[in-house]
Parts: sequence; C-alpha cells; structure tokens
Amino acid sequence: MLYRTAGQFKTSYEADHALFPVKQDAWLLGFILVLAFVVFPMTANEFAFKALLTPVLIYALAALGLNILTGYAGQLSLGTGAFMGVGAYACYKLLTIFPELNILIAIGLSGFFSAAVGVAFGLPSLRIKGFYLAIATLAAQFFLVWLFEKWAWLYNYNASGAIQVPTIEMFGVAVAGPNARAIVQYYFVLCVVALVTCFAINITRGRIGRIWKSVRDMDIAAELVGINLMKAKLSAFAVSSYIVGISGALFVFLWRGAAEPNLFDIPLSFRVLFIAIIGGLGSILGNYLGAILIVALPVIIGTLPATFGIPISSSMAEHLNTMIIGGLIIMFLIVEPHGLARFWEIIREKLIMWPFPH
Amino acid sequence: MNLVEGIFVKPFQDMFGAPDFLIQVLWEGLVAGVLYALIALGFVLIYKSSRIFNFAQGIMVVFAALTLVGLYEKGVPALLALPLTLVVMFLLAVAIERVVLRPLVNQPDIILFMATIGITLFLIGFGEIIFGGENKVMITEQLFIPTGSFTFEPFGGFVSIEQKDLTAVVGAVLLVAGLILFLNKSKMGRAIRALGDDHQAALSVGISLSTIWVLVWFIAGVIALATGIVWGARAGVSFALEVIAFKALPVLMLGGLESVPGAIIGGLAIGILEKLFEIYWGQPLLGGNTETWFAFVFALIVLLFRPQGLFGEKIIERV
Repeated sequence: MLYRTAGQFKTSYEADHALFPVKQDAWLLGFILVLAFVVFPMTANEFAFKALLTPVLIYALAALGLNILTGYAGQLSLGTGAFMGVGAYACYKLLTIFPELNILIAIGLSGFFSAAVGVAFGLPSLRIKGFYLAIATLAAQFFLVWLFEKWAWLYNYNASGAIQVPTIEMFGVAVAGPNARAIVQYYFVLCVVALVTCFAINITRGRIGRIWKSVRDMDIAAELVGINLMKAKLSAFAVSSYIVGISGALFVFLWRGAAEPNLFDIPLSFRVLFIAIIGGLGSILGNYLGAILIVALPVIIGTLPATFGIPISSSMAEHLNTMIIGGLIIMFLIVEPHGLARFWEIIREKLIMWPFPH
Repeated sequence: MNLVEGIFVKPFQDMFGAPDFLIQVLWEGLVAGVLYALIALGFVLIYKSSRIFNFAQGIMVVFAALTLVGLYEKGVPALLALPLTLVVMFLLAVAIERVVLRPLVNQPDIILFMATIGITLFLIGFGEIIFGGENKVMITEQLFIPTGSFTFEPFGGFVSIEQKDLTAVVGAVLLVAGLILFLNKSKMGRAIRALGDDHQAALSVGISLSTIWVLVWFIAGVIALATGIVWGARAGVSFALEVIAFKALPVLMLGGLESVPGAIIGGLAIGILEKLFEIYWGQPLLGGNTETWFAFVFALIVLLFRPQGLFGEKIIERV
C-alpha cells in the first residue's frame, strides 16, 4: 500500500535510467540521510560516536572497496588490511612532508598510493584465478605489514615504531588528533563516506560496472565478447584499492589516532571480508548492514551480561565474543548466503505486493 | 657494488665457508618443511574430496594439541589421553559435517571458505574458554618421545640434531606412507579419491557423501593432532601456533591445491628455502624476519609461470 511501483510511469530513457526509479526509494534514502546527518549527532554521546557510529562508517567504506573487487569484479582478495595500511601510512607521510596540506586533500591523495600498490599486486590476477589468487593477495598482506615494520622512514624513525596522529585543523576546527571532538570527526567521516558511496553507486551501475560483472560471471565469455580483461581487472583493483586506502587513512586519522604495523594484520582483512560477505557480495547497501552487525555485536555482547547482572570477566567476554561471531557467521551463511542485502530485497518485494499478495 | 656482492657473492661464501652451519640450517629447514607439508596435507585431503578450502586446518592443529595437553592436566594418563583426543577430533568432524557442511552443500566456494573461517573463530573462542590462553608445555616425555640430541662433527665443524626433530621426521614419513597406502589400497580410500575425481559419478555408484566427508575431516584431525604434538614439542602449545596455518598456504600454491605429492614436495622446498633466505639474505640485507612473507612471494613468482602450481591439475576452461 505504502510501497508500490504501480502508477509511476517512465516516459523517457532518462527517467528509466534514473538513480531511483521508484519514488519511495528516494524518500527512504532521504530519511536515512536525515537520521545520519541530524538525528544521530543530536542524540549520540561521546561513547556512541567513538564505539559505534564512526567505526561503522569506516568499516563500511573498507568493505565497499573490497566489495567492488570481490563482489563486482569477482577477484577474491585477502589483503584488504594491508591496503588500508598503505592508505594510512601514505596519508601520514604526506602530512609530514607537507604540513600545510588540507587533510581532506591528503586523504584523497593517499588513496592513489594504495591504488598503485593494489594494481601492482593485482597484476598476477591476469594469470592466477580463484583460491590461488586469494593466497597470492596474502603475499601482499604479509609483505606490506613486514614493510611497515622495517621501513623506518614510513614512521619518521619513531622509536616506538608506531604512527601518532598530530592535531590537524581544518578551517580553524580540530578534525584529527587528541583535541578533536568526536562529533566533528563523525561529520567529516560521514561526508567522505557519502561522497565515495555516491561515486561507487554510479560507477557500478554504469558501463564499467557492467564490464566488471561480466568478468565476474565468466571471464572467458567476457573476453570473447570483446572485453579487455586486463583493463577490467586492473581497473577493479585500482578503484577498490583507492577506496580501501581512503578508509585506511580515515581509520587511523579520524578514529584510532595512532597505529602500529600489526593493526593492519590479517584479522583486519578478515573483519572487512566478513562485513562484505555477511552484508552481501555485489551490493552497496550490504556493506552498511554488515558493518552495523559486526561493529555493534561486540558492544552488545560486552554490555548485555552486565545489564542482566551476570558477572563476566573481560577476557571471558572477549573469548565469548570470538566464539559467538564465528557461530553467527556460519548461521548467516546457512540462512542467507547472499547476505543481509538480500533480506532487504525480499522485504521490498513483499511490500510491493502487500496487502494483496495475488 | 656492495649490494650486488651482498646478494650474489657473500651468501655463497658464507655457505661454503662454514658447511657445518649450512647443514644445520638445512636440517632446521627440513624439519619446518615436514610440518608445513603435514598441515598442507590436511588442506589437500579436504580440498580434493569436497572442494572446500579449509581455513580451519591451522586451528584444528592447536585444538588437537590443547585437548591432548588439557586432558593430561585433568589427570588422564598420557596414553589414554591420546585415543581420547582422537575421539574428540572425530566428534568435531561429525559436528562440522552436520552443522556446517550439510546445509551448505552446493554453495559457491567462497561461502564454504567463509564458513571455515567461522569455524576457526568459533574454535578459537571455545578453546580459550575451556583451556585458557596461556602457553602450555607439550607432554613429550609422557608420550615416550626422546628429548636428547645427537651431535656429530662433519668438516671439522659441529652439527646438533635434536632427537624429537628426528622423531618428528620419522613419524611424519610413517604417517604419510600410511595415508598413501590407505588412499590407494583400502575401499574407503578409493572412495575418497573417486569423490575427488567426480562428485556425481561417485554418488551414482553409491558412495555416501556425508560418510566420506566425516572421514576426511577426521583424517585431517588426525594429521592435525600429529602436527600439533610435533610442533608443540618444539615451541609449546598456544594459540600462537595458528600462524603456522598461514605457512601452509604458499605450500599449497606451490604444490597445487589437489596434489598430495605436491603438498609434501612443496612443504619441504618452502621450509628449506625460507630458512636459507632468512639466514643468508634476509638477516644481513633486509633486517630479518623475512620468514613471514618469503614463502608467499616465492610461491607467487612460481605461480606466474605455472598458474595451477607445480603438481596441480591442469586448469581447463570452457565457456
């Protein structure tokens, strides 16, 4: 009744190709944006920003980058964490060499470094496929993390071997570093994420996106109909690593505030992969749903026993957390292998039919 | 010039200047290689029979070793703890088949792969809750594994070989020989290989998929226990052991995902080469700790020339 497509006629190709062919979709998105831009910032406290809202956005962005590579172009990658690291270290070095640089520009530029590294490690994908490629991306993961540790220039010959984010101001307001307020950081991240998501939606539904999808579904067939596989795969690696690199820079500069090389180790790669797969491969919305689940779950598990008055040690909570997340991953894969985004599609179809299913 | 000499001349001078040290390095590499080969073997068996890329093999090693030590600490005699651990691994195999694999039959490879990562996380959490996270000592003496060491002096030098390493190598060789015999001569073994060749053909001649899967995961569990005992005797038993699972991945790439001889040869090659590289090139030139990535980069380079690994099945693509 509320959500119906009947009566919305398309009279031109432009209308048919519009971003929101159904009016209600646009309203829904508007509602979500109002929530994100107005309602959450007004109601959330410092803890909610730091522990929930900002990490959800950053993880969703990283998963979006991975999803472009794995979900749209079909190239499985296990090196996401290291590419996030490349973005973070590139941003750090850019801001060290050019301290006057606007942080927004620095983050935008740092993505290009991770894109270059991503293309270099994507070259083997032209010959190696499937799980062999997945293991090959692990080479990037281990090599890059080793490099972050051994190449002292990257962390300015710091004795601790870690990078510390200095206080960075933009238009007179501190956005990064110890003095920045969480709400400012949240708005900064939200703007970047919204911008990149808009770009990703449009690139995946356009010509390049369709090329990627055809390569994913069967690369030999794609080659036979005249698609240049090299261009298609490498462009997927470049775009994906660019987004992942930006998310890595945000991850360190706008959220963590400091980073050691082992932060970018394999657990981070897997966390992003979980988000992409539980959210749904080949879907933009899914990344957000997956990120909400994966970020919120530990927080809920951490606070739930206390509210019921069950005493639980913090290490016990951590182990339980690992165990429950493992179990949930299996459960979600069994219940809906296409991810959370598929649930929304099902709900949407039901809504269109409702209340007269026949 | 200094760099070129450091890469091409100096390492070889070092090698031939101190042949006893070279032998020691080779032996250490060989022992590590045997362990990599064992883990890779667990992967290969499961991949061959079910096309599942089993990421949980590494955690199964830890879990098996922890169960063994944990049972012993609870007061079970060592020789009883061993069969009990095998029972636990069997139950684990049944549970994984029932709960995880059966509902996921016919899903894309990546979903099954993710499910094994889910199993990994579950086992890590579960194991830490039951056994605790601290480092434990493997019960080597109680299992009658000798602990002394042989020394001998070739070329006027000094080489020391630990008896438990020797036991490990002999044990691994026996295990692999038994496994090959089982796969080639027994009825069950043939069924596993048939399933690996063609699922539907195997099903149509009456081979039960679920029985074979349980069997294969159980064999992987036995291999995991053997690996866990050997590796635990060298480095103690804790969850840090799971990183060795990552070491098995380049072995698989090098040897081919579905080849048993490939896993063994690949494991030995990577064990020896990474030790040599670390000692003679990594430490003097790159600041050490190259063992984390050398195997991957090496396997990647080999793969560029042979995309299916050295012994993998030739990839034939049809539209």
